[in-house]
Amino acid sequence: MTTRKLTCIGCPMGCQLEVGIDGDQVVSVSGHTCPRGEAYARKEVTNPTRIVTSTVRVYGSKSGAVTVSCKTRSDIPKSSIFDCIKDITGLAVPAPVHIGDVVKANVAGTGVDMVATKEVL
Amino acid sequence: MKHYDIVIIGGGPAGLAAAAAAYDAGVTDVLILERDKELGGILNQCIHNGFGLHTFKEELTGPEYASRYIAKVEERKIPYMLNTMVMDITSEKVITAMNREDGIIEIEAGAIVLAMGCRERSRGALNIPGYRPAGIYSAGTAQRLVNMEGYMPGRQVVILGSGDIGLIMARRMTLEGAKVKVVAELMPFSGGLKRNIVQCLDDFGIPLKLSHTVVDIQGKERVEGVTIAQVDNRGKPIPGTEEHYECDTLLLSCGLIPENELSRGMGVALNPITNGPAVNESLETSIPGVFAAGNVLHVHDLVDFVSEEAAAAGRAAAAYVSAGCVDAEHKEIPVTFEGGPRYTVPGTIDPAFVGDSLTVRFRVGGVMKNQYVNVYLDGERVIHRKRPIMAPGEMEEVKLTRAMLDAHPELSSICIKVEEA
Repeated sequence: MTTRKLTCIGCPMGCQLEVGIDGDQVVSVSGHTCPRGEAYARKEVTNPTRIVTSTVRVYGSKSGAVTVSCKTRSDIPKSSIFDCIKDITGLAVPAPVHIGDVVKANVAGTGVDMVATKEVL
Repeated sequence: MKHYDIVIIGGGPAGLAAAAAAYDAGVTDVLILERDKELGGILNQCIHNGFGLHTFKEELTGPEYASRYIAKVEERKIPYMLNTMVMDITSEKVITAMNREDGIIEIEAGAIVLAMGCRERSRGALNIPGYRPAGIYSAGTAQRLVNMEGYMPGRQVVILGSGDIGLIMARRMTLEGAKVKVVAELMPFSGGLKRNIVQCLDDFGIPLKLSHTVVDIQGKERVEGVTIAQVDNRGKPIPGTEEHYECDTLLLSCGLIPENELSRGMGVALNPITNGPAVNESLETSIPGVFAAGNVLHVHDLVDFVSEEAAAAGRAAAAYVSAGCVDAEHKEIPVTFEGGPRYTVPGTIDPAFVGDSLTVRFRVGGVMKNQYVNVYLDGERVIHRKRPIMAPGEMEEVKLTRAMLDAHPELSSICIKVEEA
């Protein structure tokens, strides 16, 4: 059995959590002061995920914008963060771009699309 | 001279929410003045997610959150002027502004909502010795360069200050290929959200050194390195603890200051703790008909509360205009505090001007655990709320209801106390 130490992100308390792991099973969580802490610990140890946000180049913008911000439409595995960024490096999309437009489908093979988060005309 | 019933200074989250709320309260002759080339303010460069959880029950990025309020302004066809810098406002509410198309313009306002936001504390305000080489940026400037202008300010980065923008930029610069070597924080705790410490530093193995500060910056033309040292409990560097970091960039994330040059110029009284205008329950400043909301009033951590506060200011401005712009008789019952709060917004209350409820916001001076926030009206406790934890980085609020105020018709004392029971 191994243990992992985490800081809970649920509130400013920032409880120091200790998670006991056996194989891929969570066998114990300690250090939390509320149920949110335990749920966070279990998720963070077994399947940590993040929304990735970034920007890509945009060309032909009437407003003179050179970038458009984007995000993964839903959370992706934490281990794929850098692959996502690599996959959109050098990408340039034509204006106009609307919020929700796909700028990169199935980014880094995660099955999740990278979508625009800003209107660029 | 052009006249508008309400002029809003700033088209960021506060200005947008104030404009829409004023319009919905029946005053449709509203103008927004914005110095940038688009509406949305600082949200446009905050491309990370986490905005709007309170208001929309979903996590939006900054530009997405802004777009929802920009849409409200567009739907109502509220006019706005972009690339327009307000230079001066008189106590008679005459606004002098300028832009490339119109030159210098003067606008007379029935009421004004100050919504200019805040500014980052600069190197000059931090007293860091050394030359003045290129490569020193406030975290927000770097954020704008990376996210909006498409430039990387540097490759080897040290960050001073662990405010949320600094933490967000540590992650952003890392994702864009820079090496962030360390984040140094003068205080023994971080002012940033736990979530940002975990997801922006821990996720990428970036060390956070508490009780540390920059004591020297090397390089004459360009930053070549910085020296950081541990500080004692009075914030003085401890000799012998110096560590050298080679880097080409130093980012500063050392606090935000409400931007009140215009307010000061027109004679609005400022609160020395918040550096924002002193306001009453209507978010009205010491000049009748001039209101303030958002980060120009006091620095917020969540934009949701900026929008909420600014909407209240917009409604109050509309009420002032609807009442014929007369300076109504206003009682000023001070909101006093003991045991933790450093300030309250508003600072005074006249119950006659409170609608269904009034939100009073405050911050505590240090980390406090297992305390109660108690509110006393004329000595009678009307709010008793347990707070497992309070921290300077998280704004607190209490809500006074109409019923509480009505139960004290002769109200003369309002006190917020942080107590153990």
